[in-house]
Amino acid sequence: MIDPVLDALSWISILGGVFFMIVGAVGVVRMPDVYTRLHAAGMTDTMGAGLLLLGMCFQAGPTLVLVRLILVYAFLLFTSPIGTHALASAALSGGVEPYRVPVEDAGRADSLRGGENS
Amino acid sequence: MFIAATVGVLASMSLVMARALMGPTVYDRVLAVNTFGTKTVLLIAVLGFLTERPEFLDLAIVYALINFIGTIAVLKFFEYRDLGRTRRPEADAE
Repeated sequence: MIDPVLDALSWISILGGVFFMIVGAVGVVRMPDVYTRLHAAGMTDTMGAGLLLLGMCFQAGPTLVLVRLILVYAFLLFTSPIGTHALASAALSGGVEPYRVPVEDAGRADSLRGGENS
Repeated sequence: MFIAATVGVLASMSLVMARALMGPTVYDRVLAVNTFGTKTVLLIAVLGFLTERPEFLDLAIVYALINFIGTIAVLKFFEYRDLGRTRRPEADAE
Protein backbone atom coordinates (compact mmCIF):
# COMPACT_ATOMS: atom_id res chain seq x y z
CA MET A 1 0.00 0.00 0.00
CA ILE A 2 2.87 2.33 0.82
CA ASP A 3 4.93 1.41 -2.24
CA PRO A 4 3.05 3.47 -4.89
CA VAL A 5 3.30 6.51 -2.63
CA LEU A 6 7.05 6.07 -2.23
CA ASP A 7 7.43 5.52 -5.97
CA ALA A 8 5.53 8.71 -6.72
CA LEU A 9 7.64 10.67 -4.23
CA SER A 10 10.77 9.19 -5.82
CA TRP A 11 9.63 10.20 -9.30
CA ILE A 12 8.86 13.75 -8.21
CA SER A 13 12.20 14.16 -6.42
CA ILE A 14 14.30 12.63 -9.18
CA LEU A 15 12.62 14.61 -11.96
CA GLY A 16 13.02 17.79 -9.90
CA GLY A 17 16.68 16.99 -9.30
CA VAL A 18 17.30 16.34 -13.00
CA PHE A 19 15.52 19.63 -13.83
CA PHE A 20 17.76 21.59 -11.47
CA MET A 21 20.90 19.85 -12.75
CA ILE A 22 20.10 20.70 -16.38
CA VAL A 23 19.20 24.30 -15.48
CA GLY A 24 22.50 24.60 -13.62
CA ALA A 25 24.44 23.15 -16.55
CA VAL A 26 22.75 25.52 -19.00
CA GLY A 27 23.64 28.36 -16.63
CA VAL A 28 27.28 27.26 -16.55
CA VAL A 29 27.33 27.39 -20.35
CA ARG A 30 25.37 30.63 -20.84
CA MET A 31 26.43 32.97 -18.00
CA PRO A 32 28.85 35.77 -18.94
CA ASP A 33 31.75 35.36 -16.49
CA VAL A 34 33.22 33.05 -13.86
CA TYR A 35 31.45 34.57 -10.84
CA THR A 36 27.98 34.28 -12.34
CA ARG A 37 28.82 30.75 -13.47
CA LEU A 38 29.67 29.90 -9.86
CA HIS A 39 26.10 30.82 -8.94
CA ALA A 40 24.69 28.40 -11.52
CA ALA A 41 27.08 25.65 -10.42
CA GLY A 42 26.09 26.11 -6.76
CA MET A 43 22.46 25.46 -7.63
CA THR A 44 23.47 22.09 -9.10
CA ASP A 45 25.26 21.15 -5.90
CA THR A 46 22.46 21.96 -3.47
CA MET A 47 19.11 21.43 -5.20
CA GLY A 48 20.11 19.01 -7.98
CA ALA A 49 22.16 16.65 -5.83
CA GLY A 50 19.83 17.02 -2.85
CA LEU A 51 16.65 16.13 -4.73
CA LEU A 52 18.29 13.25 -6.63
CA LEU A 53 19.66 11.73 -3.42
CA LEU A 54 16.30 12.29 -1.68
CA GLY A 55 14.60 10.37 -4.47
CA MET A 56 17.08 7.52 -4.00
CA CYS A 57 16.47 7.63 -0.22
CA PHE A 58 12.78 6.87 -0.83
CA GLN A 59 13.79 3.81 -2.87
CA ALA A 60 16.39 2.61 -0.38
CA GLY A 61 14.15 2.23 2.67
CA PRO A 62 15.50 2.14 6.23
CA THR A 63 18.75 0.27 5.56
CA LEU A 64 22.48 0.96 5.62
CA VAL A 65 22.13 2.29 2.07
CA LEU A 66 20.15 5.22 3.48
CA VAL A 67 23.05 6.08 5.80
CA ARG A 68 25.44 6.08 2.85
CA LEU A 69 23.16 8.35 0.81
CA ILE A 70 23.00 10.80 3.72
CA LEU A 71 26.81 10.61 4.03
CA VAL A 72 27.25 11.44 0.33
CA TYR A 73 24.98 14.46 0.69
CA ALA A 74 26.72 15.55 3.92
CA PHE A 75 30.12 15.49 2.19
CA LEU A 76 28.75 17.43 -0.78
CA LEU A 77 27.15 19.94 1.59
CA PHE A 78 30.48 20.59 3.31
CA THR A 79 32.84 20.49 0.33
CA SER A 80 30.79 22.41 -2.26
CA PRO A 81 30.72 25.84 -0.48
CA ILE A 82 34.40 25.51 0.49
CA GLY A 83 35.40 24.75 -3.10
CA THR A 84 33.21 27.52 -4.49
CA HIS A 85 34.61 30.06 -2.04
CA ALA A 86 38.20 29.02 -2.82
CA LEU A 87 37.49 29.28 -6.55
CA ALA A 88 35.97 32.76 -6.23
CA SER A 89 38.84 34.11 -4.12
CA ALA A 90 41.43 32.52 -6.42
CA ALA A 91 39.75 34.07 -9.47
CA LEU A 92 39.61 37.49 -7.76
CA SER A 93 43.29 37.43 -6.76
CA GLY A 94 44.15 36.00 -10.18
CA GLY A 95 42.85 39.22 -11.75
CA VAL A 96 39.53 38.16 -13.30
CA GLU A 97 37.32 41.26 -13.54
CA PRO A 98 33.66 40.84 -12.54
CA TYR A 99 31.27 41.22 -15.48
CA ARG A 100 29.64 44.62 -15.98
CA VAL A 101 26.80 45.52 -18.31
CA PRO A 102 28.33 47.00 -21.50
CA VAL A 103 27.88 50.79 -21.95
CA GLU A 104 25.61 50.55 -25.00
CA ASP A 105 23.27 48.22 -23.07
CA ALA A 106 23.33 50.22 -19.80
CA GLY A 107 20.15 52.20 -20.50
CA ARG A 108 18.26 49.04 -21.38
CA ALA A 109 19.42 47.31 -18.17
CA ASP A 110 18.31 50.32 -16.11
CA SER A 111 14.87 50.26 -17.69
CA LEU A 112 14.67 46.52 -16.97
CA ARG A 113 15.47 47.22 -13.32
CA GLY A 114 13.00 50.10 -13.21
CA GLY A 115 15.71 52.64 -12.32
CA GLU A 116 15.15 56.40 -12.65
CA ASN A 117 17.63 56.64 -15.57
CA SER A 118 15.25 54.81 -17.88
CA MET B 1 12.99 5.99 -13.08
CA PHE B 2 16.74 5.60 -12.72
CA ILE B 3 17.16 5.46 -16.50
CA ALA B 4 15.56 8.92 -16.71
CA ALA B 5 17.89 10.16 -13.97
CA THR B 6 20.92 8.69 -15.78
CA VAL B 7 19.97 10.35 -19.07
CA GLY B 8 19.41 13.71 -17.37
CA VAL B 9 22.70 13.58 -15.48
CA LEU B 10 24.59 12.58 -18.64
CA ALA B 11 22.99 15.46 -20.61
CA SER B 12 24.00 18.00 -17.98
CA MET B 13 27.50 16.46 -17.81
CA SER B 14 27.95 16.99 -21.55
CA LEU B 15 26.89 20.66 -21.23
CA VAL B 16 29.36 21.24 -18.41
CA MET B 17 32.09 19.47 -20.38
CA ALA B 18 31.46 21.90 -23.24
CA ARG B 19 32.18 24.77 -20.82
CA ALA B 20 35.35 22.99 -19.62
CA LEU B 21 36.57 22.83 -23.23
CA MET B 22 35.49 26.40 -24.15
CA GLY B 23 36.31 28.18 -20.87
CA PRO B 24 38.21 31.42 -21.53
CA THR B 25 40.10 31.46 -18.21
CA VAL B 26 41.58 28.62 -16.20
CA TYR B 27 39.06 29.29 -13.40
CA ASP B 28 36.19 28.53 -15.77
CA ARG B 29 37.79 25.20 -16.51
CA VAL B 30 38.35 24.42 -12.83
CA LEU B 31 34.74 25.33 -12.07
CA ALA B 32 33.46 23.13 -14.89
CA VAL B 33 35.64 20.19 -13.83
CA ASN B 34 34.49 20.58 -10.21
CA THR B 35 30.85 20.55 -11.29
CA PHE B 36 31.56 17.60 -13.57
CA GLY B 37 32.97 15.72 -10.56
CA THR B 38 29.85 16.43 -8.50
CA LYS B 39 27.72 15.11 -11.34
CA THR B 40 29.96 12.05 -11.59
CA VAL B 41 29.29 11.30 -7.91
CA LEU B 42 25.56 11.41 -8.60
CA LEU B 43 25.97 9.31 -11.76
CA ILE B 44 27.81 6.61 -9.78
CA ALA B 45 25.04 6.59 -7.16
CA VAL B 46 22.28 6.43 -9.79
CA LEU B 47 24.06 3.66 -11.69
CA GLY B 48 24.37 1.69 -8.46
CA PHE B 49 20.60 1.82 -8.03
CA LEU B 50 20.02 1.12 -11.74
CA THR B 51 22.04 -2.12 -11.62
CA GLU B 52 20.70 -2.89 -8.11
CA ARG B 53 24.15 -2.83 -6.57
CA PRO B 54 24.00 -0.04 -3.94
CA GLU B 55 27.58 -0.85 -2.90
CA PHE B 56 28.50 1.70 -5.59
CA LEU B 57 27.61 4.36 -3.02
CA ASP B 58 30.94 3.71 -1.26
CA LEU B 59 32.69 4.64 -4.51
CA ALA B 60 30.54 7.78 -4.69
CA ILE B 61 31.64 8.86 -1.18
CA VAL B 62 35.31 8.33 -2.02
CA TYR B 63 34.92 10.16 -5.33
CA ALA B 64 33.27 13.15 -3.66
CA LEU B 65 36.22 13.53 -1.28
CA ILE B 66 38.86 13.05 -4.01
CA ASN B 67 37.07 15.59 -6.22
CA PHE B 68 37.13 18.19 -3.44
CA ILE B 69 40.81 17.63 -2.62
CA GLY B 70 41.74 17.74 -6.31
CA THR B 71 39.91 21.05 -6.85
CA ILE B 72 41.56 22.65 -3.81
CA ALA B 73 44.99 21.39 -4.91
CA VAL B 74 44.62 22.78 -8.43
CA LEU B 75 43.39 26.14 -7.12
CA LYS B 76 46.25 26.35 -4.64
CA PHE B 77 48.75 25.57 -7.38
CA PHE B 78 47.39 28.34 -9.61
CA GLU B 79 47.31 30.86 -6.77
CA TYR B 80 50.75 30.20 -5.23
CA ARG B 81 52.54 28.41 -8.12
CA ASP B 82 53.59 25.74 -5.59
CA LEU B 83 51.68 23.23 -3.48
CA GLY B 84 53.87 23.71 -0.38
CA ARG B 85 53.85 27.51 -0.23
CA THR B 86 51.53 29.62 1.89
CA ARG B 87 52.56 32.99 0.41
CA ARG B 88 52.55 34.32 -3.13
CA PRO B 89 55.90 34.34 -4.98
CA GLU B 90 55.70 38.15 -5.40
CA ALA B 91 55.39 38.55 -1.62
CA ASP B 92 58.62 36.57 -1.14
CA ALA B 93 60.49 38.72 -3.63
CA GLU B 94 59.75 41.94 -1.77
